Amino acid sequence: MAVFRPADARQVGEIIAWAAGEEQPLELLGGGSKRGIGRPMQVEHVLDLSALSGIGDYEPAELVLTAAAATPLAEIEAALAASRQVLSFEPTDWRALLGSEASAQTIGGVLSCNLAGPRRIRSGAARDHFLGFQGVNGRGEIYKSGGRVVKNVTGYDLCKLIAGAYGTLCVLTEISIKVLPKAETSRSLLVLGLDDAAAVRALAEALNSPHEVSGAAHLPAAVARRSAVAAVAGAGAAVTALRIEGPEPSTAYRVENLVNLLSGAGPTDILDEAGSEMLWREVRDAGFFVEPRERAVWRLSVTPSSGPAVAADLAARAEAESYFDWGGGLVWVAISDSPDAGAAAVRMAVATHGGGHALLLRAPESLRAAVDVFEPLAGPLAALSARVKESFDPRRVLNPGRMYAGI
Amino acid sequence: MLTMPPADPMVLSRREEIIAALRQIVPGEGVITTEAERRAYESDGLTAYRQLPMIVVLPSTTEQVSQILRYCQTNNVKVVPRGAGTSLSGGALPLEDGVLLGLGKFNRILEIDLPNRCAVVQPGVTNLGITNAVQHVGFYYAPDPSSQIACSIGGNIAENSGGVHCLKYGLTTNNVLGIEMVLMNGEIVRLGGKAMDAPGYDLLGVMTGSEGLLGVVTEVTVRLLRKTPTARAILLGFPSSEQGGKCVADIIASGIIPGGMEMMDRPAIHAAEAFVHAGYPLDVEALLIVELDGCAPEVDHLIAVVERIAGENGAVTSRVSRNEAERELFWAGRKAAFPAVGRISPDYYCMDGTIPRRALPTVLARMRELSESYGLGVANVFHAGDGNLHPLIMYDANKPGELERTEAFGADILRLCVEVGGVLTGEHGVGVEKRDLMDTMFNEIDLAQQQRLKCAFDPGGLLNPGKVFPQLHRCAELGRVHVHRGQMRFPDLPRF
Repeated sequence: MAVFRPADARQVGEIIAWAAGEEQPLELLGGGSKRGIGRPMQVEHVLDLSALSGIGDYEPAELVLTAAAATPLAEIEAALAASRQVLSFEPTDWRALLGSEASAQTIGGVLSCNLAGPRRIRSGAARDHFLGFQGVNGRGEIYKSGGRVVKNVTGYDLCKLIAGAYGTLCVLTEISIKVLPKAETSRSLLVLGLDDAAAVRALAEALNSPHEVSGAAHLPAAVARRSAVAAVAGAGAAVTALRIEGPEPSTAYRVENLVNLLSGAGPTDILDEAGSEMLWREVRDAGFFVEPRERAVWRLSVTPSSGPAVAADLAARAEAESYFDWGGGLVWVAISDSPDAGAAAVRMAVATHGGGHALLLRAPESLRAAVDVFEPLAGPLAALSARVKESFDPRRVLNPGRMYAGI
Repeated sequence: MLTMPPADPMVLSRREEIIAALRQIVPGEGVITTEAERRAYESDGLTAYRQLPMIVVLPSTTEQVSQILRYCQTNNVKVVPRGAGTSLSGGALPLEDGVLLGLGKFNRILEIDLPNRCAVVQPGVTNLGITNAVQHVGFYYAPDPSSQIACSIGGNIAENSGGVHCLKYGLTTNNVLGIEMVLMNGEIVRLGGKAMDAPGYDLLGVMTGSEGLLGVVTEVTVRLLRKTPTARAILLGFPSSEQGGKCVADIIASGIIPGGMEMMDRPAIHAAEAFVHAGYPLDVEALLIVELDGCAPEVDHLIAVVERIAGENGAVTSRVSRNEAERELFWAGRKAAFPAVGRISPDYYCMDGTIPRRALPTVLARMRELSESYGLGVANVFHAGDGNLHPLIMYDANKPGELERTEAFGADILRLCVEVGGVLTGEHGVGVEKRDLMDTMFNEIDLAQQQRLKCAFDPGGLLNPGKVFPQLHRCAELGRVHVHRGQMRFPDLPRF
């Protein structure tokens, strides 16, 4: 067991060339905050990338930031905040959920897992903001793709492929991302007392309105009760939440119009900026499911209008509690007392209601070794994915098996 | 001069046999063989290059596409996919020994799903056709390339098409949720769908913008957006491009992402004004059209901010559209800029580099020098928000040597874009046009990695060969792993 700690891309290349030659697989490690996601790996060595840190080029007016891949997310967010900018895909922070509070998230980890929060419905995921990179493939070769400008179609868009590959294709050494202005003001409209189906219909009505909603979640009463936001916890009912962001005159106007649009659905309330920020952080980070720690936590991406049916199906099959984000398209599920973490029930529920992607985000290592953590791939797609892996990492030395066996 | 992969005499000699086999798969008029009919497919939007395809086939079902590709793979026949044929980089340029696979018959809208804000369509549906199908309920499909009336959504995916609104609303890749596609071996694969996250590698992301080299798209699920209630444009004139560029940077730095932000230089302004009489000022060096969209209070608020910033940057013209007709008039000149240049020059060649915006004054100045040394005029339109520059080189193809000089001038402009930190193409694609310039941006290792990915999809290299990559390598050669066994275990590396 060795821990390699390269200081630059060249050293990363040397280590990987050695690993490929000796067929010694490596676990890629940035800050370690998401180490508990995915299938447990059989690897002898750790490639600790934390020395590849530091913001390079950042000119706010160009909307592009370049940084070494293991730069802490907090450092990047602080630099952006100083120029009133953000990563608009709203990177998640699952450290409390995964019990990795002591570690730092890195930008490379955020991109490699393609994480995105509630604003995904408007702004897209990490993949949509990933402009270019320098990295090292499984042969130990340093290469680059994309660029440092916001609009570019030169060559294959390898950024998309690397985003969400969980480090199985490439070791990122430097990245360029699109950054955007932070909204001047933000507020949330709450509708109280809706059941899941009525709530998702109300969310769709709001999302289909011209009022540019940037967060659309529904918390059943038992979940809402656990919120740290007093107005949500004290509602004594299910809470359906809509976020509105923009310049003040715009936010005020849109909130008023949304209240008119939805007041027939149930009683409404409005959260100010501080309450709104706190609520969407909880929704983003699955704060409601941190405790009790024994529960398995799933993240289901489904057709938005099918969200309630998926949740109802699961509640009938397992000891499951759910809440909804992305207008119903993201169903967070906590499952207790199930020998397979609820995997069979989850896969069945997703398949029955139009398909999608269920990720077993939190479960003990033994369970993550025993059941599929990521949605299994159909025949030709599995074969194609294996060939893609082969094309980047022929000796399977980069995070092998993290997503799927053999990949 | 453009060199395409050499035609395979074996394949050419078996033409009749291949026609017969394709007719077994696509009956009736779907297989086109006469020279006169094939002529319609000899080029795409980049008309400088022409090549008659060996055979044209127009399937109408996914199963037929699958059978055609499987047959071609088995028989070592090259295939060039084609949507509406509007590519500006020669992405659909046929091959002498290749089958041209046209997707024009895939022209149906299959489903409009408003509760999930998406539509499922066949790849031959036009970009504007999607918007036309949903605009009566207040929705639209966001990417709007200037060819949107003709270009197909399948072609948009191949090219990752953009448009004037893409800084705020994204390119094709940000607006497609799923596809069904056929691999060269005939396998049918579905990627993504109505859910936002798909399992496994983001192959949809890499298919988008792959220029027809990885697979053939047979169905598309796109995201629909609700139209904003209000849009107003402001027309700004500046005495210098530096001031115009600084105004753009200041608008963005102030936290505003306009729905559209376009810049034109003096030659483009004059050509457009002479053509459509949009009321553009003729005594300025840079004209900026900034469009703000959203609810009325937001638009009013942002217009005031933009007016202030423009004033601070020395704008000598500042006019806000008072109604929809005037907003459209502001845009009319910009939208007609290409044909307007076409009116004052027998031919024009449209380039498509992206630069960091801060480099705009340098790039425009160097371009003027190049223009003088080549003796060819150039007009510039610029997607100012995202740094995507469209220089239009004016030339006369009937004058001997002028096309060659134009190509050389264009290549110099693109090299300049890369030199200042930009890229070869912002939205038109590499195709054959920029293929031989790829090495200005990428080294051999970069290109080999991209080609290995191609091998995962099409190991025989039969799908659209001769596009994007300057040199073709066999997959076996690219896949070889050079192992350095028993190498020193990095004594100089810090280990813990």
